[in-house]
Amino acid sequence: MNLAHGSYFLLGGYVGLTTAARTKSFALALLSGSLAVALIGLGMERFFLRRLTRQSLPQVLLTMGFALVFQDLALLVWGGDPYNIAVPAFLAQSVQAGPVFVNFYRLFIIGVAFAVGVVLWLFLERTRAGASIRATVDDAEMAQGVGINVPLLSAGVFALGAFLAALGGVVGAGFIGVYPGLDFEVLPYAFVVVIIGGLGSFHGVVVGSLVVGLLDNFGKALFPELSYFTLFAPMALILALKPTGLFGKR
Amino acid sequence: MTARRAIPFSACAALLLAVPPFLPPYPLTLLTQILIFAIFAMSLDLLLGYTGLASLGHAAYFGIAAYAVAILATRSQASFWVCLLAAVFAATAVAAVFGFVAIRAVGVYFLMITLALGMVVWGLAFRWVSVTMGDNGISGIARPTLFGVSLASPLPFHYLSLAVFFVAFALLWLVVRSPFGLSLQGIRETERRMRALGYDVWLHKYLAFVLAGGFAGLAGALWAYYDGFVSPVEVHLVTSVETLLMVALGGPGTLFGPILGAAVIVLFKNLLSIYTKRWLLILGLVYIGVIVLTPKGILGALRGARR
Repeated sequence: MNLAHGSYFLLGGYVGLTTAARTKSFALALLSGSLAVALIGLGMERFFLRRLTRQSLPQVLLTMGFALVFQDLALLVWGGDPYNIAVPAFLAQSVQAGPVFVNFYRLFIIGVAFAVGVVLWLFLERTRAGASIRATVDDAEMAQGVGINVPLLSAGVFALGAFLAALGGVVGAGFIGVYPGLDFEVLPYAFVVVIIGGLGSFHGVVVGSLVVGLLDNFGKALFPELSYFTLFAPMALILALKPTGLFGKR
Repeated sequence: MTARRAIPFSACAALLLAVPPFLPPYPLTLLTQILIFAIFAMSLDLLLGYTGLASLGHAAYFGIAAYAVAILATRSQASFWVCLLAAVFAATAVAAVFGFVAIRAVGVYFLMITLALGMVVWGLAFRWVSVTMGDNGISGIARPTLFGVSLASPLPFHYLSLAVFFVAFALLWLVVRSPFGLSLQGIRETERRMRALGYDVWLHKYLAFVLAGGFAGLAGALWAYYDGFVSPVEVHLVTSVETLLMVALGGPGTLFGPILGAAVIVLFKNLLSIYTKRWLLILGLVYIGVIVLTPKGILGALRGARR
């Protein structure tokens, strides 16, 4: 349970922003934002969270502390104004396809999401490291017993999670921008997606993000006053009926 | 209550009664804030410390009561007693519905389902603008006149808060000492054994959940009158986690722990924000410090030192 996961998104966006401003390179922004935050995640796991395995309440409080620290540090370094990352010129244009305008950057975001999804799936399902991760999730003690380096693996997975959150932050900074408060704005979305899909389920996340994206957008358009309600009430309902989410394992 | 405990206990109560008239206005309002958050933290501790259920959405009941007072007091000019009763009733009723959904889940799933339910309430406070005024919040909640005394100035309002605090403390004290309260602690320790002994574990947890929601509502109603303003911040996840911190810091599973934790956090937040702009950073470090240094809270650490 990591309440600082939204902060990774925010920090990734900010680091990417600074890199893009200094080097004029969007690719470097993506790389530096994600790697810097992956290192932060690695440090948090190694020095703080590791000793709190399976203690969800201390995890909640500790990561909330980090979220507040990151929030304030980001305000100190980058100030309170909203920023947008300058995206490469060829992504900034739109093209008219029949009655609709297609923005290339949106296509790029879909492409990145798809690529990350495919790579992640191949990694989890088709490599030895992925198999070790799945084994550790199912039974950490047994995995350790058959020679899997569980502490190393947990640190790696945690850093990977931070890396991906920050990647999302940099990509998002070209679209929705990056601003104070973004961290706690995206955090619930991440939770809802994972919870609706089910913990530890890959296609759960895919289905979950589709459901959440649709619920959120149609909710906002059709019932503006109840828009968050239309997002979180189904989540509570799914959890009540099926506590492990739609595709979650026990 | 044994004599050994009765003496410091009555001394504390006497101090709380006697000191307020001699306090300047600002420290007095801080003390009022501490009392209100102490009620809130004690209500959460009934779940966290006594029943072993960590709720990530406890601010919902606090906020629902605060909104109930705000709406009734500003739109219908309802009296204090009507507002108070309606607020506590609303918080208890919502807790009764939410508890039905949440209690089945255990461990990290309970955290998540209470988080989701808390977000439902926050979403309504934030977006249901025609009722809640959205992000602007509801302002202009006037303090009432009770028994011919206007509560507008800090001192009379402080004594009202103190009275409510004493009532809440006494009721919670009776609950945790009752056979019901002891069963809750049994469930916290080994749920399976309690079930084998024939206790209705679900019902015990459910009742604790509803009671906790009701007492959180009591604190929320007071808060609406104290602040005169209610906004979605009151029901945000950050408020829920801050209350968890109060309980964890003071010492879960005691009634004095949450009071102590509420006092430390309220003083810390208010005083620190006078001296530095970076108070959020320091509050974050406090969270981290509490987890790393005092896993059993201040009271737990003191007890450990005495042994």
